[in-house]
Amino acid sequence: MSTVLRNLVNQPYRHGFVTEIEAETAPKGLNEDIIALISSKKNEPQWLLEFRLKALRHWQTMAEPTWPNVKYPKIDFQDIIYYSAPKPKKKLASMDEVDPELRRTFEKLGVPLHEQKALAGVAVDVIFDSVSVTTTYKQRLAEVGIIFCSMSEAVRDHPELVRKYLGSVVPYTDNFYAALNSAVFTDGSFCYIPKGVRCPMELSTYFRINTQQSGQFERTLIVAEEGSYVSYLEGCTAPKFDTNQLHAAVVELVALDNAQIKYSTVQNWYAGDENGVGGIYNFVTKRGLCKGVDSKISWTQVETGSAITWKYPSCVLLGDNSIGEFYSVALTNHHQQADTGTKMVHIGRNTRSTIVSKGISAGQSNNSYRGLVKIGAKAERARNYSQCDSMLIGSLCGANTFPYIQVHNSSARVEHEATTSKIGEDQLFYFAQRGIGGEEAVSMIINGFCKDVFTQLPMEFAVEATKLLGLKLEGSVG
Amino acid sequence: MTSKTILEVRGLTASVADVPILKGIDLAIRAGEVHALMGPNGSGKSTLAKVLVGHPAYQVTGGEVQFLGRDLFLLAPEERARAGLFLGFQYPIEVPGVSNSAFLRLAYNTVQGARGKDELDPLEFDDYVQDKLRLLDIHPAFLERSVNEGFSGGEKKRNEILQMALLEPVLAILDEADSGLDIDALRVVAHGVNRLRTPDNAVLLVTHYQRLLNHIVPDYVHVMDQGRIIETGDKELALDLESRGYDWVAQEYRARAAA
Repeated sequence: MSTVLRNLVNQPYRHGFVTEIEAETAPKGLNEDIIALISSKKNEPQWLLEFRLKALRHWQTMAEPTWPNVKYPKIDFQDIIYYSAPKPKKKLASMDEVDPELRRTFEKLGVPLHEQKALAGVAVDVIFDSVSVTTTYKQRLAEVGIIFCSMSEAVRDHPELVRKYLGSVVPYTDNFYAALNSAVFTDGSFCYIPKGVRCPMELSTYFRINTQQSGQFERTLIVAEEGSYVSYLEGCTAPKFDTNQLHAAVVELVALDNAQIKYSTVQNWYAGDENGVGGIYNFVTKRGLCKGVDSKISWTQVETGSAITWKYPSCVLLGDNSIGEFYSVALTNHHQQADTGTKMVHIGRNTRSTIVSKGISAGQSNNSYRGLVKIGAKAERARNYSQCDSMLIGSLCGANTFPYIQVHNSSARVEHEATTSKIGEDQLFYFAQRGIGGEEAVSMIINGFCKDVFTQLPMEFAVEATKLLGLKLEGSVG
Repeated sequence: MTSKTILEVRGLTASVADVPILKGIDLAIRAGEVHALMGPNGSGKSTLAKVLVGHPAYQVTGGEVQFLGRDLFLLAPEERARAGLFLGFQYPIEVPGVSNSAFLRLAYNTVQGARGKDELDPLEFDDYVQDKLRLLDIHPAFLERSVNEGFSGGEKKRNEILQMALLEPVLAILDEADSGLDIDALRVVAHGVNRLRTPDNAVLLVTHYQRLLNHIVPDYVHVMDQGRIIETGDKELALDLESRGYDWVAQEYRARAAA
C-alpha cells in the first residue's frame, strides 16, 4: 500500500476522551435482581418490568449468533455493567442546570445542549451512557402535537403509546441481542408524530458511551401516524478504551397510512486502535414496519466506527404500495469488522424497495454486505432493486457480499447488481499526474463512490459524513 | 540564439520489477520544439514517458534528468505535474462517481495554485472550460459524466487533450495520442495540440505510426529500440520508417556499433 493511502486511513479518533463525572452504576452482571433494580431506578410500571423479565428469561435460553462473518472472543455477559447514569446533583428544572461537565463534553463533541446554540432546525435528545440528559426544542414540537422525549419520560408520560408499540416491530424473541436489549434497555428516544403533521425540524439523538465497563442498550421508538412525516438523525461516539464495550440497541419504526419516516445514522463509535485493541461491539437491531398503505421508510446509514458492526436496518412492507429504502456506506479500516446490510420483506401488493450499499475496506479490515430480499406469496407486483458496491483500499482487506433472495410470487421483479473496485496505484497516479495529491485523490474517489448515498442524507449530515470519511481514511493511501 | 532547454535527459536507465528496460537514454528538448519518439512495440517508448512523470512501478537505476533546470527525480509525481510536466495517457483511468468537471477543476486549481495564480470557482471555471471544449469539439455534456467512465477510446483521448488545454503544461508528453482514433477524431486532436503550441512550450509525441505526424509536424524524430534511442532525424525519418519499417534502422545501428 502506498504511503499516501496509509496516511489517509490512519487518522486518530477525535472523540476518544473520557468525562470525569460521578456516576451511579449498578453492579456488574445480569440477573432478575439487576432487571428489578433498573426498573425501580426508573420508577417503571409493572407491565414494563414484566416485559423485561420475560425478555430476560427468553434471552437465557438463547445462544449468540455465530453466522455473521466476524470474529471476536466470547463475550462474558456477566462482566458488563448494565446501568450507569451521571449522578444528578438535583432534579433538573431546565437545561441550564445540566452538569457543566456534561455540557462541556457535548460541546466538545459539537452537540450543544442549549437551544440557542443548537444547530438550527435540529431537535436533539442526548443520551449519556444509560440515560437521556436532555431533549431540546421539546416545547416547540409539542405545539404541533409531536412528542419527542427520552424513552423513560415516554414510559412515564405516554404509557399507552409505549405499551402499544414497544416490541411490536422487534419482538423480544426476535434475536439474541434484541432479547438482551428488551431486558436491560435503559433509555433511548421516543418520537410520536400525530396524524397529518409534517415534523418542522430534524429530530436527532446523540449517543455517548462514557463508562469503561458499561454497555449501552438504548431503545428508540418512532411512530408516524397517518399522513405524517419525520426525518430523524442519530449520531454516536465513545471514548477510547482498550477494552471492548457492547452496544446493543433496538430501533423500531412504525409508519401508518401515507406516513413517511426517514432515519439517518452517522455511526462513529470508537473503533479500537490500529492493532485492533478496544472499540465498540455494535450489535444492533433496527427495523421499520410500513404498516399502512402508501407508507415509506428510508434508512440511510454511514457506518465508520465500531470494532465490530452487526446490523441490518430492515423494512417490513406490510401496507399495499409501501416503499422501503436502504442507503448505506460502511467503511472499515485497521482491524475493524462489519457485517451489515438490510432485509426487505415484501408482504403487501405493489410494494417497492431499493437497496444501495457501498462498502469501503482499508487496512486489514473485513467488510461484508448481507441482505435479504423476501417477496411473500401475496406481494403481487413487488419490486426490488439492489446495488452493492465494494471498494478496496490496499491489498490486506476483504470485502464480501451475501445477498439472499427469496421470491414466492411470480409477478415480482427483483434486480441485483454488484461491483468490486479497488483504489489502485494507477488511479492515484492518474490524479498525481494532474497535480492532485494522494489524500485529495482518495477523498474525491471515495466521495464519488458514495455519492448515491450521501445525496440521501440531510444537508448537515452529508457534510459531516464527507468530512468523517476523509478523516477516517487519512493515512491509508500509501 | 538557441531557445531555452526544457528537458535534458542524460544516460537514463530504468527497470520494471528489476527487469532493465531503459538502457541509457540521452534526449534534449527545447522550448518551441515538437519531438516524436517512435519505435516498435516493447522498445521502451512508453516506459520513458512513465519514468519521466514518476510512475511508481518504474525504478530509475541511473542517469539524470533536468526539467526546467531542476533535478526531476527530486520531485514527487504531483510536483512534476505542478511544475508543468504533463502526460497524456495511452489508457486513461476511469473514476466512477467523480464528475469530470469536478476533477478538471480540482486539477486546474491545484496546478494554478502551484503557479501562484488564483483559483477559479465553479462558475468561472465553467466559462474557462467552455472555450477549451469548443477548441476540441467536445460536447458540454461531457463535463457531467464521470471521469472517463464509459467513454469511447476517442472520447478518452480527447479528454486527455482537454486536460492538457486546461493545465497548459510546459512539456506535454502524449503517449499514443492517436491510437483508437478515427481520422476525423485524429484531426480534431491534432488540431487541438497544434493550437496549444507556443514558443515557450514543447511536445513529445510517443507514437507507433507516422499518420499522427502528418498532422502534428515534428522538428525531431527519434527511433527507440531495446531501450535506446538508436537514430534521430527530422520528419523525413518518420516517412522512411513508414515505408521501410524499423528493421533497417536497427541494422544500421548495429553496424555502426560494431565498426
